Amino acid sequence: MLRYSLKRLLSLAISLVIASLVIFLVIEVAPGDPASFMLGINAQEDTLNALREELGLNQSKLERYLSWTFGMLQGDFGTSYTYRTPVADMVQDRLWVSLPLAIYALALSTLIAFPAGIYAASRRGGFGDVSIMGATQLGVAIPNFWFAMMLVLVFAINLRWFSAGGFPGWEDGLFTGLKALTLPAIALALPQAAILARVMRSSLLDILNEDFIRTARAKGLTPRQALWRHALRNALIPVLTIIGLQFSFLLAGSIIIEQVFYLPGLGRLVFQSISQRDLIVVESVVMLLVFAVILVNFIVDLAYAWVDPRLRSRT
Amino acid sequence: MKTSRNLVIGAALSTLFITAALISFIWTPFDVTEMNIPSKLQTPNGTNWLGTDHFGRDIFSMIMVGARTSIAVALVAVGIGMGVGVPLGLAAAARQGSLLDEVIMRGNDLVFAFPSLVIAILITAVFGPGAINAIIAIGIFNIPVFARLTRSAALPLWQREFIMAARVSGKGNACISMEHILPNVTNLLIVQGTIQFSLGILAEAGLSYVGLGAQPPLPSWGRMLADAQTMVSFAPHLALIPGGAIILTVLGLNLMGDGLRDLLDPRIRVERT
Repeated sequence: MLRYSLKRLLSLAISLVIASLVIFLVIEVAPGDPASFMLGINAQEDTLNALREELGLNQSKLERYLSWTFGMLQGDFGTSYTYRTPVADMVQDRLWVSLPLAIYALALSTLIAFPAGIYAASRRGGFGDVSIMGATQLGVAIPNFWFAMMLVLVFAINLRWFSAGGFPGWEDGLFTGLKALTLPAIALALPQAAILARVMRSSLLDILNEDFIRTARAKGLTPRQALWRHALRNALIPVLTIIGLQFSFLLAGSIIIEQVFYLPGLGRLVFQSISQRDLIVVESVVMLLVFAVILVNFIVDLAYAWVDPRLRSRT
Repeated sequence: MKTSRNLVIGAALSTLFITAALISFIWTPFDVTEMNIPSKLQTPNGTNWLGTDHFGRDIFSMIMVGARTSIAVALVAVGIGMGVGVPLGLAAAARQGSLLDEVIMRGNDLVFAFPSLVIAILITAVFGPGAINAIIAIGIFNIPVFARLTRSAALPLWQREFIMAARVSGKGNACISMEHILPNVTNLLIVQGTIQFSLGILAEAGLSYVGLGAQPPLPSWGRMLADAQTMVSFAPHLALIPGGAIILTVLGLNLMGDGLRDLLDPRIRVERT
């Protein structure tokens, strides 16, 4: 397990280095000089030069890349061109909205998908199975931001159970914060739950056809016992893969959903930064998102090896 | 029986929207850029079949032209994904275990770490927003999907006798990949293409919704929803109609994908019976 983990860790590091290079180079291509953007068109050449010096824009590309990456490793993401505040502080504030939202949505989608998928698999071909599969077919076709608008229409505007948007912050207590994130999390979770339920069902059905399940049944276990004791753990591998892949969709999705609910998360930060051409913020947020995706997939790989010991020896 | 039903419903829905998109090139009930403020926010009626928006523009016409935008973006994005991904997958499978294979597969992993929205954000930050960004972003995201699928489908084929025979007859890897491997993975690619097409439509709508996709005055379903957002409480049809169009198109393509898979993959057909 240790050797496997180390190998995966190495590939994680390589992926991160290449990803950071790609992001840095793409942003480098962007036209315009941040210093003249910050100071306006009437700025004096020596003032511009001083600012370029301060921001490190006069250094070579290599030096800037290295100082950006090493800075990030130490938690220093540079200074925002627009607000002149550390990017790390801005990101940290927003992360307290985006990350809980993504985790909340992931938890919800798992909570919906597991029972639905297990129920459908255990009633294969029956009414419950057909209804759940029909619902998931619809679920994957619904754009989450449209669903979010419908949730606002019904639960915020008509029923007035939730607020239509905004985030009061965590200072008002966990419940208030979670309540503000509930509609966005449901909107994010539903399409993901539909995919996950389908994967859970088909994975369980595959396993239920295996010989060892027949043996378990022959031993006298009821279908229910065989499913819960033997099939479920084995069916989890493809489900874990999808959960890992979904995390990246959840993060990306949360960027869009934040727009619907006016949540002060990473998504709003990044769109604001694009319109203000605050490229250092865009660069850092994108790197952070990519890092999150790579990290989650790394964790999923390790979880695989934990669930299925055969994978450890294979590498 | 169920197979053909999925396929028929899916194909019918897809054909409906593709036809609407094609007709919009030569005819729409109203000009989509024509504003008519006195008749704004009309609910569906005899003149404006699906009502009008806050500028009095005809929603039916906008849905038709929006279909064109969505379908064009998704179709080209699938084309990019296939055009680049399939040759990469074929090459990786032909030289399994080689450095080339390793580089292609690790490259794929890396691209997977960039969700299409993140790619769109990067491109927009540099070049500004536009429909082309959406195409490139979704297209790049499609590349590893097709590369992986092609590789995994091609690998077992390389062990088969007919490939050995082709090799003995003196054909090279590239020639075998094109003449023998590709035709045998085409069915899978068509099914995956349909699924990616529907995902592309969803992604385009999302990108346009946040302002990274098609720009005004070009109508797009995602932007129609963004415009509708502040008016949803008093004019819900502004959100319901484009949303419904997206859902029906995606549903149609997914059903068609499922139907095609059942039809083209004999193994599933046997399993089901």
